[in-house]
Amino acid sequence: MLNRYPLWKNLVIMFVVLFAGLYALPNIYGEDYAVQISATRSGEVTLDTLAQVERTLEQGGIQPIGIEYENSQILVRVDSDDQQLAARELLVSELGINYVVALNLAPATPNWLDGIGGEPLKLGLDLRGGVHFLMEVDMEEALMKIREQMVTTVRDRLRDERVRYRRVEESGNDVVIELRNSEDYQSAVSLLRNQYEGYDFRTDSSQNMITLEMTEQYLQDTRSNAIEQNITILRNRVDELGVAEPVIQRQGQDRIVVELPGIQDTARAKEILGATATLEFRFQDTDNDLQDAIAGRVPFGSRLYDMRGGGQVLLQNRVILTGDHIVDASVGYDESNRPQVNISLDSAGGRLMTQATRGNVGEPMATVFIEFIATGETTDEGRIAFERVEEVVSVATIQAVLGSNFRITGVGSAQDAQNLALLLRAGALIAPIQIVEERTVGPSLGAENVKAGLTAIVAGFVLVLLFMGIYYRAFGLVANLALLTNLVMIVGVMSLVPGATLTMPGMAGIVLTVGMAVDANVIIFERIREELLEGRSPQQAIARGYENAFSTIADANITTLITALILFAVGTGSIKGFAVTLAIGIVTSMFTAIAGTRAVINLVWGRQKRLTKLSI
Amino acid sequence: MFQITKIDENNPLRFMSINKWTTILSVVLIVLSLSALVTKGLNWGLDFTGGTLVEVGFEQPADLEELRTVLEGNEFGDAVVQNYGTQRDVLVRIPPREDAASDTIGNELLTVLRANIDGGIDVRRVEFVGPQVGEELAEAGGLAMLVALICILVYVSFRFEWRLALSAVAGLAQDVTLILGLFALLQMQVDLTILAALLAVIGYSLNDSIVVADRIRENFRKLRKNTPEEVIDISLSQTLSRTLVTSLTTLLVLLVLMFFGGQMIFGFAVALSMGVVVGTYSSVFTRSTLVLAMGISREDLMPPEVEKEGEEQDNYL
Repeated sequence: MLNRYPLWKNLVIMFVVLFAGLYALPNIYGEDYAVQISATRSGEVTLDTLAQVERTLEQGGIQPIGIEYENSQILVRVDSDDQQLAARELLVSELGINYVVALNLAPATPNWLDGIGGEPLKLGLDLRGGVHFLMEVDMEEALMKIREQMVTTVRDRLRDERVRYRRVEESGNDVVIELRNSEDYQSAVSLLRNQYEGYDFRTDSSQNMITLEMTEQYLQDTRSNAIEQNITILRNRVDELGVAEPVIQRQGQDRIVVELPGIQDTARAKEILGATATLEFRFQDTDNDLQDAIAGRVPFGSRLYDMRGGGQVLLQNRVILTGDHIVDASVGYDESNRPQVNISLDSAGGRLMTQATRGNVGEPMATVFIEFIATGETTDEGRIAFERVEEVVSVATIQAVLGSNFRITGVGSAQDAQNLALLLRAGALIAPIQIVEERTVGPSLGAENVKAGLTAIVAGFVLVLLFMGIYYRAFGLVANLALLTNLVMIVGVMSLVPGATLTMPGMAGIVLTVGMAVDANVIIFERIREELLEGRSPQQAIARGYENAFSTIADANITTLITALILFAVGTGSIKGFAVTLAIGIVTSMFTAIAGTRAVINLVWGRQKRLTKLSI
Repeated sequence: MFQITKIDENNPLRFMSINKWTTILSVVLIVLSLSALVTKGLNWGLDFTGGTLVEVGFEQPADLEELRTVLEGNEFGDAVVQNYGTQRDVLVRIPPREDAASDTIGNELLTVLRANIDGGIDVRRVEFVGPQVGEELAEAGGLAMLVALICILVYVSFRFEWRLALSAVAGLAQDVTLILGLFALLQMQVDLTILAALLAVIGYSLNDSIVVADRIRENFRKLRKNTPEEVIDISLSQTLSRTLVTSLTTLLVLLVLMFFGGQMIFGFAVALSMGVVVGTYSSVFTRSTLVLAMGISREDLMPPEVEKEGEEQDNYL
């Protein structure tokens, strides 16, 4: 009896190994320091930009080792981190705010590999350094805003048609309208029925009551919109931070994941991402005395507000304008070089502003900055409770009738003005968001993790190779060959699979796979030894050993695969990374340990007719 | 041939003859683990409790006492300060707070440190987990464990037989209990990576028990004259050297991970090494004892009738 694989089997095995090896190749080329240029909402990266970038770098005396223009992005490669920082400085000041200039590391994959889709392993944040945020959107607030708007709409409509109502108010997810008598009730019903999409219309004639109930569909749409809007806003804010390859995506019902690789100043990142702010413009109440109000006699129709930087001010309840009409905001300087924020409104906002300021030139107008800050407590539904913190950032006298463009002065330092403008520009959030999880890994720890992981992999590997070589001799060497191939395959497959990132637990997963991958070979070799002991010829022993071991190995690996899948399903971040490496390792190790070793053993021993002894 | 064990089918190691003692050992260990879990409880990590963790590197070895004083003087009296890995690395842990803006605690802490400590500090890691998220992670983790056990129970019953499946899962439960018991006893921190390690232990230990179960099934079909006890002894003896070799190679790499893998991986490596040891023990003793106690017999493991006909035909050929 001889052990031979048909040619096609050998070819398939060779092809698979070469294929995986090819895609593992990009990992040995390392990375270049790079600066990445992309456009914000208002900008566009064109060939002109490319020329501008090239010119700027030349003037600044920076010699790039490569400039690429692809997917509306420009990537400038330089050969040191000093050059990288210098290039960024230059480009930021040259290109201005319409472009994002981010530091990045670009894989130095040769063109031919890049052309066939080869790219190095993607490293997780724990290895690269960076910030991971999990943010929660406060849906209650979003829904409340919509209901409030509905209440106002209904009131206005009834008032316009001179229908007298006892009350129009929100109650749970509903808007409840109670009329004074059945006549008014009838006219209200005919007026409001089928008028509002997204609401179910319920009537109760005995109590002269109408209930507008939000439909399930509408509730869901509102939630989705709130998330979508927040994601858009976060994206804009991240653009402002200048991060290469940020990840911003929805997770579950009401959460958003933000990952910012390589970012250094996390405090600023958090301030800008986490702040949920909007503006309101209100008139100051100049008819009543502030001291009286502070003493507790707050006049009807007004409210006391805290001023930023201390003190209080009395403002009218009537809101001139809210932040959602703001289209743009930027920092400027007035004649005496004090910072100011220039604001542009949309046309509806411009009209409102004109109307409100027409008769009030010379009156003081206050800018109220509203932030939602988590109280640290949770509501009855287990949600994070937010506190609405209102603060007057400026009170300025209206100099003229204001239109769509105006400016706020007296906003504090240049940095304060910058932050305020940024927040305003990024838009007013419908629903406040709150960071519920943060994981920041500094660049030094990331680099150390990579080093520790590699050391562990290499050391673990060498030990296992030695052990197998000693214990199973020639067959052990075959197993070792399979083990090496397995490692290359894991790296190749992980580089190939989009979304598979290598994390620290992932590296542990690889080490573990190394230890466990030999199991299949151990099972096979032990079987072969048993068969030999039972007096079978070496060739028979090889064949039977593999045959008998197969179902055992398959069963054992499938159950491990089940646990890996479950880990992947429930795990987050780095745990997912572990599950992915484990799963990939199980599949590749089965391939190399069963088919791979068999092919080699067949080639070396399977053709010998007079084989009397096995080196096992 | 160089081999750990050389076993003759007619003269196997008599594992089951000491099963009275191993049962007592298992019971004692489980009781100890449970009582450690009840009295000391697990030292839940940040991932599950919520809170803030900051790891900073100093230029000189850090004076922990001074750090504590500085923190206490700046409204961080609830902070736990300890060295992490080296003398220069310090880990500061702050429990979840009731007041507002808990997500900024990390930055506030860094500001305090920068203002009060001479020399530069290197921010190595900041983690903040909201209490709600922590609770969810704990729930998801428990669920994962349960789902994993059930899936395995179903798969093994389908592939083998319910007694083998049940004993496999019981062995897994023992593994998990003993590891958690050790973590409670040593008050080592249980975080997400430990959870991953526990699931990996489940995978590993199961690997072991399936190899053994496979052999038990095979031998029950092959050896018609032996008693169930003898069949199990023979199966265990035959698989023993594989069990030991695989455990050994896995332990080797885990030890490497423990010593070279860095602090973040240490707990993971400890949990897994422990898992390999108890997993090996439970697949040799616990599970076999249980299978025997549940009264397994040859008939339970014979292939279904239809296949039997095929087998006979093979014999004619």
